[in-house]
Amino acid sequence: MCLAVPALVRKVEGTSAVVEVGGVSRTVSVTLTPEARAGDYVLVHAGFAIGIVDAEEAQETLRLLGEMAAFYDADAIAEELGA
Amino acid sequence: MKPEMILLAHGSGGKLTHDLIRDLFQRYLSNVYLDDLGDAAVLPEQRGRLAFTTDSYVIQPIFFPGGDIGKLAVCGTVNDISMVGARPLYLTAGYILEEGLPFADLERIVASMAETARAAGVQVVAGDTKVVDRGSADKVFINTAGVGWIPDGVALSPRNVRPGDAILVSGTVGDHGIAILCQREGLEFSTSLASDCAPLNGLAQAILARGAVRVMRDPTRGGLATTLVELARSSGMGFEINEASIPIKDAVRGACELLGLDPLYVANEGKLIAIVAGADSEAVLAAMKAHPLGRDARIIGRVTEAHARRVVLKTVLGVSRVLEMLTGEQLPRIC
Amino acid sequence: MKFIDEFRDPRLARALVERIRERAQKPVRLMEFCGGHTHAILRFGIRQLLPPTLEMLSGPGCPVCVTASSDLDLAIALAHVPGVILTTFGDMLRVPGSQGSLQNAKAGGADVRIVYSPLDAVKLAERNPSRSVVFLGVGFETTAPGVAASILQAKAQGLGNFFVLCLHKLTPPATRAILDAGEVSLSGILGPGHVTTVIGTDAWNFLPRDYRVPIAIAGFEPLDILWGISMLVDQTAEGVARVDNAYSRSALPEGNRAALGVMNQVFEACDADWRGLGVIGASGMRVREEYAAFDAARAFPLDVTPSREPPGCRCGEVLRGVLLPTACPLFRKVCAPENPVGPCMVSAEGACAAHYQFGSEGHEA
Repeated sequence: MCLAVPALVRKVEGTSAVVEVGGVSRTVSVTLTPEARAGDYVLVHAGFAIGIVDAEEAQETLRLLGEMAAFYDADAIAEELGA
Repeated sequence: MKPEMILLAHGSGGKLTHDLIRDLFQRYLSNVYLDDLGDAAVLPEQRGRLAFTTDSYVIQPIFFPGGDIGKLAVCGTVNDISMVGARPLYLTAGYILEEGLPFADLERIVASMAETARAAGVQVVAGDTKVVDRGSADKVFINTAGVGWIPDGVALSPRNVRPGDAILVSGTVGDHGIAILCQREGLEFSTSLASDCAPLNGLAQAILARGAVRVMRDPTRGGLATTLVELARSSGMGFEINEASIPIKDAVRGACELLGLDPLYVANEGKLIAIVAGADSEAVLAAMKAHPLGRDARIIGRVTEAHARRVVLKTVLGVSRVLEMLTGEQLPRIC
Repeated sequence: MKFIDEFRDPRLARALVERIRERAQKPVRLMEFCGGHTHAILRFGIRQLLPPTLEMLSGPGCPVCVTASSDLDLAIALAHVPGVILTTFGDMLRVPGSQGSLQNAKAGGADVRIVYSPLDAVKLAERNPSRSVVFLGVGFETTAPGVAASILQAKAQGLGNFFVLCLHKLTPPATRAILDAGEVSLSGILGPGHVTTVIGTDAWNFLPRDYRVPIAIAGFEPLDILWGISMLVDQTAEGVARVDNAYSRSALPEGNRAALGVMNQVFEACDADWRGLGVIGASGMRVREEYAAFDAARAFPLDVTPSREPPGCRCGEVLRGVLLPTACPLFRKVCAPENPVGPCMVSAEGACAAHYQFGSEGHEA
């Protein structure tokens, strides 16, 4: 539903792209993400890029979660110390 | 004059067989025992308990980054002997060859076995060759049996394990299985990852010299997790493993993410698990790291009285869950 | 690994757990529609972190688990047709049909091969012109566009020996069916992140509108899941129902138009038989008339006996969220990964397999 992994696009050649995760590369189809460019991160599923990962949105989500963490940190630390 | 390919006649025991033994096997594997070419190898007396094992190798592809079926056949058997604390000395090698196998491939495999045996300090003292009809075997199957001697005072067993012992792994896990999988037709992942196939007798001896070792085991098929579960069950103790401590190469992580595999269940061919007395854990870790095959060694967990016979994994989130054995092969998945 | 490791940060996870614990004061029952979520929740130990007021049920979001037994039997029958190479994702290999699995068929001499991508099956067809390559198309909207694109690829290459057995299914209709059945009352649904990357968050507007059920679209890393659960807990605490998006880095309101375009070009909706749920209208896909030459069902009309559940198998109830895997009488005692009775134990995403593999009898954090 399922397994789709963010992979870095190294190079685009027509409807194919070479993508990389952790140093492992594979050629996948970008027929479904024609706007993908080298340097983008795409979600790879069964040999296809099915979507582009929005790096800014990702950072924004992490920032929001970071704020939440700062809010709860004081309590959590106290709890761990008490535990 | 080398034949171009292996024929049925090469296995029939006649002139071609003798030529093959002399020009190929003896040429590369020569030693005083093998060269006698008797019906059996006659070996010098040894004192102490014998360790004796056998394994058959049917891997495809037969040549892969980091090794080949020949190297694997030597390492696998050397390692099984080493894991019980024995020094491996002598191997046998039985070949089942498919008619039509290119001679050059067989030569490459035998040369590799010879080199691996030399590096491991073992000798192939007896062998056998059979050739079957094309289609009745997949290129080459190899069986190796091995024998070694256990020094006095060494008696490794899961039953030695006690609470407070440390659990160590000699290096990164999942390398072999992923390296092989990436070669498979259709998967076509390119990576510089190579199999970790290696003889572990030197490393095993270095560990035994440095501390009170309870038991060692090499996590081959089924991966690290399956071997840990087996050991926990045999020992009757509980294991606590720290997921974040388990060394895994980025390329293995990447391939596993893409294929939906869990690196903890992927095969290794050049790694060992050692359970040692808690007090000796740092010394043994240092000894492993000092050895070329143990540079990435880590302490990955402890033995406990709690949850007997089970392995509990503390995940990267700091939460614990039970680690189960894998049943059957892991297959690439999309879900 | 980028966009993976950051979303496994233990400190951020703990903070989310704190927030969830704080805000889930009254009982909350959530359905994680997607098998991938069930798998991740158990694998990372998230279940142990959640407060007792929060109940998580698995849903029918495991395409392997919901493939009707008769459809699988059809695939197995196709594998036995002389000249056919049956290609499949690894997930389907060990699922038992009424008379064994594809793996059994392979052991019995059928040419069954695992592929990573339907494009690999197209390549196989190209390299084996005298054979018929049939690809077993299982999966939801995440997978269907790629399979559709593969048919277009085969057409562009002029291949006459590539076929798809189209068993793809649509997730919103299944969600409606679960809610319409009224067997479980849900406080909210944790929505499938990758399906939604394709279909768009707008495709879920019907849930708050027609059922007043909250939904939060979530990815599959621990932070994604916890963020989604947190959003659902907030919605229940506020007494609202809307479509929240905890996977904004990948899922957009309109989804992936190019992918949807390709999918709808090649496939059209049809009724489909969901294991455990029965026939649901307009919930499956079939190959359009225009691409009939690539439809395995038309090219190889075979008679198959109607679906028959193995005796005692309660996968259906698990898929509908009315039975926990651990409550099934067969769980672990008879039904285990090495000897699965039903598909929920075979698929890596199946609720039963996940509970078995990751030990639902967890340990304290």
